[in-house]
Amino acid sequence: MRLKFVHSPLLSQPLPAWRARVMLVLLLSGFVALVVRSLFLQGIHNDFLQKKGESRYERVIEISATRGRILDRHGDVLAVSVPVKSIWAIPEDARLSAAQSRQLAALLEMDVRELNRKLDAEKDFVYLKRQIAPEQADRIAALQLPGIHGQREYRRYYPVGDVTAHVVGFTGVEDAGQEGVELALNAQLSGQPGSRRVIKDRRGQIVEDVESIKAPVEGRDVTLALDGKIQYLAFSYLKQAVEDNKAKAGGIVVLDARSGEVLALANLPTYNPNNRVKLAGAQLRNRAFTDTFEPGSTMKPFTAALALEKGKYRSDTPIQTAPGRLTIGTATISDAHPHGVLTVAEVIQKSSNVGISKIALTFPPGEMWSMFDAVGFGHPLKLGFPGEVGGRLRPAKSWRPIEQATMSYGHGIAVTLIQLARAYLAFARDGDLLPLSLTRTAGAAGSGQNVISAKTAREVRAMLELAVQAGGTAPKAQIAGYRVAGKTGTAHKVDGGVYANKYVSSFVGFAPASDPRLIVAVMIDEPGGKVHFGGDVAAPVFAQVMAGGLRTLGVAPDAPMAPLKPLQVAAAR
Amino acid sequence: MARLNLVLLLVAVICALAAVTSSHRARKLFIGLENEQKRTRDLDVEWSQLQLEQSTWANHARVEKIARDKLAMHRPAAGRVLSVEAR
Repeated sequence: MRLKFVHSPLLSQPLPAWRARVMLVLLLSGFVALVVRSLFLQGIHNDFLQKKGESRYERVIEISATRGRILDRHGDVLAVSVPVKSIWAIPEDARLSAAQSRQLAALLEMDVRELNRKLDAEKDFVYLKRQIAPEQADRIAALQLPGIHGQREYRRYYPVGDVTAHVVGFTGVEDAGQEGVELALNAQLSGQPGSRRVIKDRRGQIVEDVESIKAPVEGRDVTLALDGKIQYLAFSYLKQAVEDNKAKAGGIVVLDARSGEVLALANLPTYNPNNRVKLAGAQLRNRAFTDTFEPGSTMKPFTAALALEKGKYRSDTPIQTAPGRLTIGTATISDAHPHGVLTVAEVIQKSSNVGISKIALTFPPGEMWSMFDAVGFGHPLKLGFPGEVGGRLRPAKSWRPIEQATMSYGHGIAVTLIQLARAYLAFARDGDLLPLSLTRTAGAAGSGQNVISAKTAREVRAMLELAVQAGGTAPKAQIAGYRVAGKTGTAHKVDGGVYANKYVSSFVGFAPASDPRLIVAVMIDEPGGKVHFGGDVAAPVFAQVMAGGLRTLGVAPDAPMAPLKPLQVAAAR
Repeated sequence: MARLNLVLLLVAVICALAAVTSSHRARKLFIGLENEQKRTRDLDVEWSQLQLEQSTWANHARVEKIARDKLAMHRPAAGRVLSVEAR
């Protein structure tokens, strides 16, 4: 028999009414609980979910900032940052097959065993190789190896290399300055990376800028006072001289007498800042700034300036220098070549130790000290250069007469090459001593500190011109077409407390003498050849660099040029 | 009354669609902006590389070597220079 649904006995049984009500209340209260919970999550306690949601589509991305360039005074690049990639790995994630690691090692140009050793390290993060070319990094990224990542970094390049190495310096792998201008002006050069929050879509494209967390600060460019051409001339002639004379080291400084700018500064031995694998301490030393030496006779003009300034002497006052020896206490000062009666000007021209000592001893030590101190010896130049030293100028109270005598010709006092070059500014600028500048200044500087009178400066200049002419110590410093003034120095080196048979040959001078434009100071340390006198070793470098420098700057000649010779053109038939 | 509601509904739908389109267009423009900014950065990088290349080619040592060896240039001797005054 077919039973109709409505006649099912199960349904026909009457149910108590309260059961339906209980069901209704239960369902309703469940519904209310859901509504309350969703209100709670959506409206009141929504931070957590909001954050979770944002983290799904929001990203904080870093905005890199470039380090500023270093330029020479004409805008030529001396240092520039170029992006490179660094490859790093999370060793735990990097499970590579043998073939994969061989492939990676080949791309990284490193040994497979070394790579495996790095990947086996118990660290969360290892650099596999830093600063590789971006194309190389792209090829590695194309392999899509697990746990291997690339990171954008900057590498510093120095196109001029060893020529400007000591001035420009270099940066470390973290892009912070370590030497030279890179360190001295690091604050100006270095950029501050910034970051911003963005929304990325499913394809990884940025679709909305949420906020800028930190604006990046680009590093500022630095324009140095350096003149690339003069720097190259100075460097190459110094190098030639150091090689020819088999010298241990050398230094050269070129200053602009009008503005006090450092136009060139080179030291030897030097290094290539682009490849610093085998770098020794001696190469790194910026001798012109950090190494002091006994200047020798290049100090004599300052003693002569004191003599003229105090009015006790005139440039034609006679001094008896015969027999070429002077005994003070137990020590004897002697001249390389004995002379008879010399005028003060001739004492400088012929570089007589006896003559200048006799002049010096007529002044109290305090006055001599004040002169040396006024032209800047004994205290650092404060150019902010790393390792800059002030040299040694002992207080006048401790000077014994023999020491005062030797100091008058530059022994028992220690200076740096750049200090010496700057002190000659006083002669070149009629007594006005300018502060130096490593960076380009806005043309001619005002005035510095007046250390000697203009009259004295001009008289010493005339003496220094004599020293370069025939009968002086440095005829090799002459330049065709220009009047040159300068002074040689040949100092014995102190080795283990005694003066050894080693020398420091130097020459400091300026040209054109009628209106000085350039000051060049050359120092050659321990020339090992047959000659060691400053007039033979350092003066030719001075002449070459000065001639090139004056031509580069287009300075008008102030002396008659050699008469023009007719050009011999091969006769055409 | 019902007619007014229908009109309002239509207006609401149109507004909603306009909002969607404009936000889509804003995103597209933003992506364009991002791409241009990326290009700026890439050009900057290229510029620094070109600068590097230029200063490598214009290296004084290289210029001098070519002038001396290839072009057989030399400094004029003392008697070969005539200085003229600029007016």
